[in-house]
Amino acid sequence: MLKMTRLSKVYRTEVVETYALRDFSLEVQEGEFVAIMGPSGSGKTTFLTIAGLLEELSAGEYWLDGVDTRGLSDRKRSRLRNEKLGFVFQSYNLIPDLNVYDNIAVPLRYRGMPVAERRRRIDAVLQRVGLSSRARHYPAEMSGGQQQRVAIARALVGEPRLLLADEPTGNLDTQMARGVMELLEDIHRRGATIVMVTHDPDLAARAQRQVYITDGQIVALGSPPHLVEGAQRPGLAAQS
Amino acid sequence: MFGYYFNLALRSLQRNIVLTALMIAAIGIGIGASMTMLTIFRAASGDPIPQKSAQLFVPQIDNFDPESKIAQSDDLLPVIVTYLDATEWMRSHIAVRQAAMYPITVSINPPDPARNPIQVDARATSGDFFPMFDVPFKFGGPWSRAEDASHASVVVLTRALNDLLFGGANSVGRNLTVGDKTYRVMGVLDEWQPTPRFYDLGRGSYSGQDQLFLPFTRAIDEQMPTVAGLNCEQRTGPGTGWDGLLHSNCVWIRFWVELPTARDAANYQTFLHNYAAEQQQRGRFHWPPRVALRNVTQWLSYNHVVPTAVETLTSVSFALLLVCILNAIGLMLAKFMASTGVISVRRALGASRPAIFAQFMVEAGVIGLVGGLVGLGLTQLGLMSCRAVLQKDLSVLMQLHSNDVLVALAVSLAATLLAALYPTWRALQVQPASQLKTQ
Repeated sequence: MLKMTRLSKVYRTEVVETYALRDFSLEVQEGEFVAIMGPSGSGKTTFLTIAGLLEELSAGEYWLDGVDTRGLSDRKRSRLRNEKLGFVFQSYNLIPDLNVYDNIAVPLRYRGMPVAERRRRIDAVLQRVGLSSRARHYPAEMSGGQQQRVAIARALVGEPRLLLADEPTGNLDTQMARGVMELLEDIHRRGATIVMVTHDPDLAARAQRQVYITDGQIVALGSPPHLVEGAQRPGLAAQS
Repeated sequence: MFGYYFNLALRSLQRNIVLTALMIAAIGIGIGASMTMLTIFRAASGDPIPQKSAQLFVPQIDNFDPESKIAQSDDLLPVIVTYLDATEWMRSHIAVRQAAMYPITVSINPPDPARNPIQVDARATSGDFFPMFDVPFKFGGPWSRAEDASHASVVVLTRALNDLLFGGANSVGRNLTVGDKTYRVMGVLDEWQPTPRFYDLGRGSYSGQDQLFLPFTRAIDEQMPTVAGLNCEQRTGPGTGWDGLLHSNCVWIRFWVELPTARDAANYQTFLHNYAAEQQQRGRFHWPPRVALRNVTQWLSYNHVVPTAVETLTSVSFALLLVCILNAIGLMLAKFMASTGVISVRRALGASRPAIFAQFMVEAGVIGLVGGLVGLGLTQLGLMSCRAVLQKDLSVLMQLHSNDVLVALAVSLAATLLAALYPTWRALQVQPASQLKTQ
């Protein structure tokens, strides 16, 4: 589903080069639930934005669902994002001008989906996240947990091949976080592939597999509590 | 997607009403000022007879001693001619149609004896005047060349005068007392008011209207004086009496010819030159022949029909439009750059750069259209203000036509889309990843 090989991301200024990711190799199989962990500035979010085709990589390879993403045009990258990826952000990133229904409709609009099919999918996904009665509400009228459920519904409505979640419970209290996590687990049980970036070891422990990143490199991977040290070597990092 | 983008544009514009109002005001003021001045400019400079303006010519001849320093124009050529030259040219019959003319005032005794005599502006001219200038008739028609030659006592009335004298009835064949002579009505004009009044700019380009027309030959016989004044050399003056005037070197007659083709115009130019050379040989002119032949457009320009102030103000108004567009660029830049977060979310959800570009262009288009409508309202206000201070006859012409509405909206739309290009380009340069991280 996702395969990164010896991937690097470098941010350059006139005086300095900063490696956000270095020699980064990772493979995620279809149907997996992988947690990406690491301290602040370790490169977790950079990994997620490259995986989400929001940033170009500097070196290496990135294959998404069998497509080599290097050198793709903006239009093709946008189409891949739209059809194969779903995003859940820490701060929800709902569009404040749009109500719940219209927020969820955004990816389908860019896909040019007919109204009837769009409506059917939105109704179904709203029911799945338990917000059918809130379809006409605006983000500002909802709690953080509800907004994140809307964000998850928006990510799921396009039936993506891979769901990318960046600290999905980072802005929620414990009770709301639990609800959102249960929803992600339910989505995974139904067959979705999920890659989740998190600081929280307890949340990471609920994933099938954990990948630990420091200074742009994978330093450990495995299933808790058996994290394998020294996984920065590409050959090891690529194993699942 | 257009409907979707339109809907998004409305939502976006409602989000910050003050910024939206400022953008619309900037565009509206620019459009209002430029359309107001453009309307005035067009009223002052429009082609009064577009279907024939390239075929109608005014011949000019230098019949003044260069030492006399009589200047009626930039090149010192008189804009009117002497009776001698006019009658000689009439006799040549080189042009397809030709008309000598001069303005007069006549006294009319209405058919109703109970009514008092009235004085009206009139024109002594040739029968060719009417077909040459495509003058429309409601009843009857112009007098013939034979009637010109026989100095016939006939008249053509305007519709307004016919309404006044005959209650709007068909008066063709009826008699009318002009001065102390009886004239037969040959025709009644339909509405006709060329603007500017190109055939006689001497009495104000936009003012007055001739109410009655009678043959040039008849007016000469009746010794009807011109009301536009004479322009004579100091040395010779107007001579003695009416006959002295006719044989003098004073200029007072306007002359027009119709020359349908370029070849006709070239032939007439040659004729004019030869005529001036012949006058020199006869000893009438002591200077080299100097003649000119100008069509309607050239004639209006030569006579500075469009006031310089109007030209300047029109330029200034378009400069103001440019300033307003620059202002709108700044406001749109602020608005679009404030939307980078939402742009990034949309990009993450699958919007390509062209899709975001189209969305912002639709938003700019909505601003442009509303700005254009505001501009049209301001144009009406501007024209109302100008009508209050400008001469009445020009004011009448300063009307917004349906075409103007389309032009204003098109200019506003184009200007706003142009203004939106840079802000949109800047907004599209934002990396979605960096925005989403900082949200």
